[in-house]
Amino acid sequence: MPLLEFTSKGIYCAQADVYLDPWRGVDRAVISHGHSDHARWGSKHYITQEINVPVIQHRLGNISVTGKKYGEPFTVNGVQFSFYPAGHVPGSAQIRVEYKGEVWVFTGDYKTQSDGISNPFEPVKCNTFITECTFGLPVFQWEEPIKIHDRINHWWAQNQNEKTTSLLMGYSLGKIQRLLKHLDPSIGRIFTHGATEQMTQVLRQFIDFPETKLITRETPKKEIEGNLVLAPPAVLGSPWVKKLGRLSTGYASGWMAFRGARRRRAVDRAFVLSDHADWNGLLSAIKATGCENVITTHGYTDLFAKYLQENGWNARTQKTQYETETLETATTE
Amino acid sequence: MRRFAALIEQLDSTNKTNQKVASLTQYFQEAPKEDALWAVALLSHRRPSRPVTTTLMRSWAAELADLPEWLFEESYHIVGDLAETIALLVKQETKGVPPSLSQCILEIINLKSKEVAEKKQYILKRWQSLTNFERFVFNKILTGGFRIGISQKLMTRALSKAVDIDENILAHRLMGQWSPQTTTFDEILLNPNPEDQISQPYPFFLAYALEDDFQEKQNVANWHIEHKWDGMRAQLIVRGGKHFLWSRGEELITDKFPELDMLVDILPDGTVVDGELLPFKNGVIGDFNALQKRIGRKTVSQKLQNDIPIVLMLYDILEWEGKDIRELPLSKRQHLLAGLYHQVKGASVPLRISEVFQFSSWEKVAMERQKATKKRSEGLMLKHKNSPYEVGRKKGNWWKWKSDPKTIDAVLTYAMRGHGRRTNLYTDYTFALWQEDQLVTFAKAYSGLTDAEIKKVDQFVKQNTLERFGPVRQVKAELVFEIAFEGIAPSPRHKSGVAVRFPRILRWRHDKKITDANRLEDLKQLLP
Repeated sequence: MPLLEFTSKGIYCAQADVYLDPWRGVDRAVISHGHSDHARWGSKHYITQEINVPVIQHRLGNISVTGKKYGEPFTVNGVQFSFYPAGHVPGSAQIRVEYKGEVWVFTGDYKTQSDGISNPFEPVKCNTFITECTFGLPVFQWEEPIKIHDRINHWWAQNQNEKTTSLLMGYSLGKIQRLLKHLDPSIGRIFTHGATEQMTQVLRQFIDFPETKLITRETPKKEIEGNLVLAPPAVLGSPWVKKLGRLSTGYASGWMAFRGARRRRAVDRAFVLSDHADWNGLLSAIKATGCENVITTHGYTDLFAKYLQENGWNARTQKTQYETETLETATTE
Repeated sequence: MRRFAALIEQLDSTNKTNQKVASLTQYFQEAPKEDALWAVALLSHRRPSRPVTTTLMRSWAAELADLPEWLFEESYHIVGDLAETIALLVKQETKGVPPSLSQCILEIINLKSKEVAEKKQYILKRWQSLTNFERFVFNKILTGGFRIGISQKLMTRALSKAVDIDENILAHRLMGQWSPQTTTFDEILLNPNPEDQISQPYPFFLAYALEDDFQEKQNVANWHIEHKWDGMRAQLIVRGGKHFLWSRGEELITDKFPELDMLVDILPDGTVVDGELLPFKNGVIGDFNALQKRIGRKTVSQKLQNDIPIVLMLYDILEWEGKDIRELPLSKRQHLLAGLYHQVKGASVPLRISEVFQFSSWEKVAMERQKATKKRSEGLMLKHKNSPYEVGRKKGNWWKWKSDPKTIDAVLTYAMRGHGRRTNLYTDYTFALWQEDQLVTFAKAYSGLTDAEIKKVDQFVKQNTLERFGPVRQVKAELVFEIAFEGIAPSPRHKSGVAVRFPRILRWRHDKKITDANRLEDLKQLLP
């Protein structure tokens, strides 16, 4: 029996009776990170990286959860589990599973670029590597993040000059904090939407961020005008944006690499910034594990597995219920 | 090249029309004139002929990116645009200032006659010396087709601001076949020489579809009614002892219709008329497909002329005795045209005149519209009796009131990814009808669904794929749509045996099962 199996409830370790990122309620769930398709409601007990504890508590409410440090092993029925940084969002981890000398690693989601807020991705030696491949196509090749952040600050400063509010949008967990971390507060003030403010507050105990101010009903339009507002993409077209004054809209996502996606999103500025590994990131991560077997789970799985097979890996794809972050879901989280 | 790429990027990244016009105006003011003229040419769909095939470009790009060709092809299907795929896959290796737009296009033009090896060397060098977006723009120039949401109207407006010449005058000067290779910005736009202008067509006046409450607001007595002929719009020019025939796409099609050659002797010099080319055999108007057959041929044989004879159905006159008379009211122009027609008409003259009706009530107009199929028209044209002949598509004076479309319920069988802003979504659909217990393809349609519906169909396609053929997916027969179309004609080239014109999705029939979809026989019953 393989150490990890793909079942109707999720990735299952029978020897330990433990599920990794299950999509249905189970007794014991080991969780890679806080995004809603990986950390789902309904399990009796959760084990996750300690930074992720307040994150999933915030999202899932009153749950039974144990936190572990990166690299701190815990054993269930002879199977050793441990978390290693995945670099995806704060508290995100690859889950290492070892039994009788055989090692499997499940990546959850990951990126190989450093984002300044998550512990950077650490390759882990293993026999079998279960990898996401959201951006597993060679057309995805990210630029250095610092260039993107410079562009964002430049855009903000320019809007500031023209007395225009900059509305910068991205995922509430991870992307927004990454953007925030690299904003230059000397340009102006940073306002937030409720959804982004809450998650940022949860993470402030671990990470030092520039000051933010939540926009409430009482916040006068005049105070916001010309400054920067962080919000989830769902606000676009809602009445909420009306009180922000004259706007320039910006959206940060890996999908913005596509011209068609940029035009469809209909924002003024698109920033290609992703929390997933790009093509070369995926390939280098796989090489660094020294693995023999690769299982691709979500993203361009078939194409990526075929390419790996042609290049000598024993690669296959496995269907999961992790919502591939597609062009369309990229807007809703 | 750098300035032009920056312009395209600016145009691409805003939805605001004023912003687009401002960017274009600034470009036209600041760019060197030879570059500005090429920009005008590219944005009005005049491009250098393609020096290499896209097949070669694909294989060179795959080689340069060190990718197997299948992966390049899959990437292309997902990105949905070849120029962009190459831009994304190839990396910039050398820095430096790229050549100017006109210099770069000149290089592309000169490439045409070179050996393949030399073409490859040049294109690879260019790819590696440009930034991502410049590479995209360069590829677009190579392969043609800038679809960036800039209409010719918008471009002309910006140009008008930049050079301070009236928009309509510029639109006229930009008509016809010209190339920056043989003319200059000054010659064509600022100080055109009238002697060079004998072939110059006028911009066509185009109508919008009739608005809902039109009849309530308008007095029928002010309107001249004609049938809307279903052929090919054309402008015939007789000047300086020569004649020129222009299509609405601003192509010179004089050679395709030699039977009109005789008109140069019949029509007085200094005459320009607007009308519709129609297949016309034994005194009956034929269907549009017949006309397409003639356009498709390189040479027009006598046999083809006998098989598919044509006439020009006249409906307007724009120039008379060498004078531009577009400002005269329609009724005066129609009167002039009728007079001219009566002087020259004859059984062997390939001209007809579109009958002008005036009705005493809108009900009577509606009754005339009912006769469209019988009279072989697409519906009616409503023209204000005092209207001048305007430039481009304008609301107010001319309206088209088409016949109601025919509809049929069909099953979605195949889907393909879209292009442009629909990249990565399955938006191009193939529909089928029943023939016994088989579904037979009868039409493809791309438009008619809302964005929300497209999203749902896209999801369905991704979850119900039976088989993949490159970018195309065969899907489980489950969804039924009502398809509307304009005309229908027998066609041996289609598996279904019929061809429909302008098919589009009218609505998603959630209420229907696939067994409720129409049969192919039902469609064939609609054949005239």
